[in-house]
Amino acid sequence: MSKQTMFEKIWNNHVIMAEEGKPSILYIDLHLVHEVTSPQAFEGLRLSGRKVRRPDLTFATMDHNVPTKDRFNISDPISKQQVDTLTDNCQEFGVKLYDLSSADQGVVHVMGPELGLTHPGKTIVCGDSHTSTHGAFGALAFGIGTSEVEHVLATQCLQQAKPKTMEVRFTGKRRPGITAKDLILGLISKYGTDFATGYVIEYTGEAIRTLSMEERMTVCNMSIEGGARAGLIAPDETTFNYLRGRDYAPQGADFDLTAARWSALRTDEGASYDTVMEFDVDTLVPQVTWGTSPGMGTDITKAVPVPEQLPTENERKAAAKALEYMGLVPGTPMTEIPIDYVFIGSCTNGRIEDLRAAAAVAKGHKISSNVTAIVVPGSGRVKIQAEKEGLDRIFTEAGFEWRDAGCSMCLAMNPDVLQPGQRCASTSNRNFEGRQGRGGRTHLVSPEMAAAAAIAGRFVDVRHWEFKSEVTA
Amino acid sequence: MQPFVTMTGLVAPVDRVNVDTDAIIPKQFLKRIERSGFGQFLFFEWRWDEKGNVIPDFSLNQPRYQGASVLISRANFGCGSSREHAPWAILDYGFRCVIAPSFADIFYNNCFKNSILPIKLSEEQVEQLFQRTAAREGYELTIDLQRKVITDGSGLSIPFELDEHRRQFLLQGLDDIGLTLKHEDAISAFESRRTAAGI
Repeated sequence: MSKQTMFEKIWNNHVIMAEEGKPSILYIDLHLVHEVTSPQAFEGLRLSGRKVRRPDLTFATMDHNVPTKDRFNISDPISKQQVDTLTDNCQEFGVKLYDLSSADQGVVHVMGPELGLTHPGKTIVCGDSHTSTHGAFGALAFGIGTSEVEHVLATQCLQQAKPKTMEVRFTGKRRPGITAKDLILGLISKYGTDFATGYVIEYTGEAIRTLSMEERMTVCNMSIEGGARAGLIAPDETTFNYLRGRDYAPQGADFDLTAARWSALRTDEGASYDTVMEFDVDTLVPQVTWGTSPGMGTDITKAVPVPEQLPTENERKAAAKALEYMGLVPGTPMTEIPIDYVFIGSCTNGRIEDLRAAAAVAKGHKISSNVTAIVVPGSGRVKIQAEKEGLDRIFTEAGFEWRDAGCSMCLAMNPDVLQPGQRCASTSNRNFEGRQGRGGRTHLVSPEMAAAAAIAGRFVDVRHWEFKSEVTA
Repeated sequence: MQPFVTMTGLVAPVDRVNVDTDAIIPKQFLKRIERSGFGQFLFFEWRWDEKGNVIPDFSLNQPRYQGASVLISRANFGCGSSREHAPWAILDYGFRCVIAPSFADIFYNNCFKNSILPIKLSEEQVEQLFQRTAAREGYELTIDLQRKVITDGSGLSIPFELDEHRRQFLLQGLDDIGLTLKHEDAISAFESRRTAAGI
C-alpha cells in the first residue's frame, strides 16, 4: 500500500462517494453547534421539512452571547432571542444542549474536548472557524458556514473538495518562557495570514511532541489565522492520557483497543506532503502583535515597525493603516506600549493550563492601577477546577476580575466590550479592527504575557519575570 | 437558489488587503436569526463613524458607486470568522460578484451557497480593474459565467478560471443538500459498515 499522511488516512476513511470532477461526499462524525451560526440552518430544515439525521452525533452549547457576569440575565433582547432560539431548536430537533444551567457549558472548542467528544481520526465540524482546535487530537476538524451546518444537520455529510497537505515542521527546542501561543503567533508573523489557504496543516517536530494537550489545542486553534481550515497533530500518549476516563471516550479495556487503532493514524514514514514549511523554535522569543491582522506581530524585544521599511507596496499601505487604527508610533519599543485592559480566556487560551500559567505570573503581584483585567474560564469545568486549585483567589487578590465561562471579549458579542481607543493585551486569536469592540485596539499575546502586562501596565518580556512563588494563595 | 449566468454591473472598489469578515459584518449584527436584511450593516464600521455620521471617503459612501453589484478588493478577502452573515450582507447589499487576487477558504465556499460568484484574478489584473474603476465614473463590468470571461465594453477581456463543478452549481442554481440526499443509500450503507466495525 502506498504511504499516506495522517490527513489522507482520515479523509479516505470518511469518503462515501468520490466522482471525478466533483467534490467528495465526506461523512461527519461529530457536529458541534452554537447559537450564532445555527438559527438559519434549523430554519432551513424546518422550511424543507427535513430532520436532523443523527442527533446522537450533534451537540450544542451557547457561548458567544453569554454574559460572564450575571449570566442568566441577558439584557440585550436580540442576544437573548438567539440563545432562546437555540434552546427551542435543540428541543424541537432532539439535539443535546449544554445550556447556561449546565455545569459543562463552555466555549464550544473547550467543552468538546473536555467531554471527550473529540477523538483522533474523527471528522468534526462546527459553524465556527476555530473548529481547527480539535485537530490537536489528530481529528480532521474544520469550520463551516451556516448553509453547510444545515447540510450536515440534514445529511451528516458534506460535499468537500480534497484540500492539499502541508507539513509545518518545528525545529529545535522551546526555551523557558516560550509558550504554544508564541509558536503559532511566530509562525503566522513569519509566513502571513494566507500561507496555508487551501491546505490542511500537520504540525510536526520535537517542539510539538513535547506540548501538552492544552498547548496543542492553542497551536491548532490558530491554524485558520494562517489560512488553513484545519491543523493536525498526530495522536500519542499525551492524547490518550488526556482522553482516558472522559465522559464520551471509550471506557475500560475498550479504550486501549481504540487507542491502538488511533496510533495507526499517524503519517507513514516516507509519505509526502504537497508542501513542507519549517519554523525554528530555538531562537523564538515571546510574541506580541502590533497591527490589525494576526500576521502583524513581532518579538517583545523589538519595536513597532516603520511602514516605509516594509518590502511591498501592499504591506506598506496595510501597515500604515493598521498603525493609524492602533494609535502606535513607528519605532516604539514593544515594551513601552502602555495598556488599559487585559483579557485572559477564549478558545485559544481559556483552558486550565492557561489559567495556571497566568496565575503563576500574577501570584503575589497587583495589577497596575491603570488596567482593568478579566479572567474568563473557557468552560464551567475549567472554572470549577481553577477554583479548586485556588487560582481564582490568586487572580482576585492581584486585582483581576474572575468571571463565568463564555467567549467574552474575544469577539464582544456580549457585554464584555472594549471602549473606543482602549488598548488590550488579549490571549484571544484575532486582532482585527473592532473585533473586541469598535475602536478597540487588540494585541495578541500568551496568557503569561497578558498577566505580566496587567501588572506592569505595559508589555514586558515575561522571560525576565520576577515570580513570587513563595507567596501562598 | 437563484442561478448565476451572466451579469453586467457597476464596479465598486474596497482597496485593502485581508478584508476580514468582522469588517464585512461586525459582530453586533450576528445576533439576528434571519438570513435577510444584513445589507444595511455591510462594512458598517467603515461606512459610519462612532457617532453615526457617514464617512464620506469610504468608497461605498461615494455617489459614484451607488448601485454597484461587482466588488473588487485585494488579497485574502473574507479571512477570519466562518460567519455566512458576510456573504449574506454582500448579497443583500446588491453585490453578485467579488473579484480579488485570493480569498479565504470558508468565505469562498460560503459565496457559492448564496449565488455569489467569487473570481480570482492575478494581482496585476486586479490592479488594472482598480485603475479602470478609478479612472471612469460609472465603470461597469460584464461577468459571463457561461464563457468564463470578464469584459468592460471598451476592449478589456479577462478570462477567469473556476472549478467546473462550482460553475455548474451556480449556473443551475442547485440545491446541494438535495444532491447529497440522492446518495441516501450510500450514506446508510456507510453508517451500517461503521456500526458493524464498532466505530
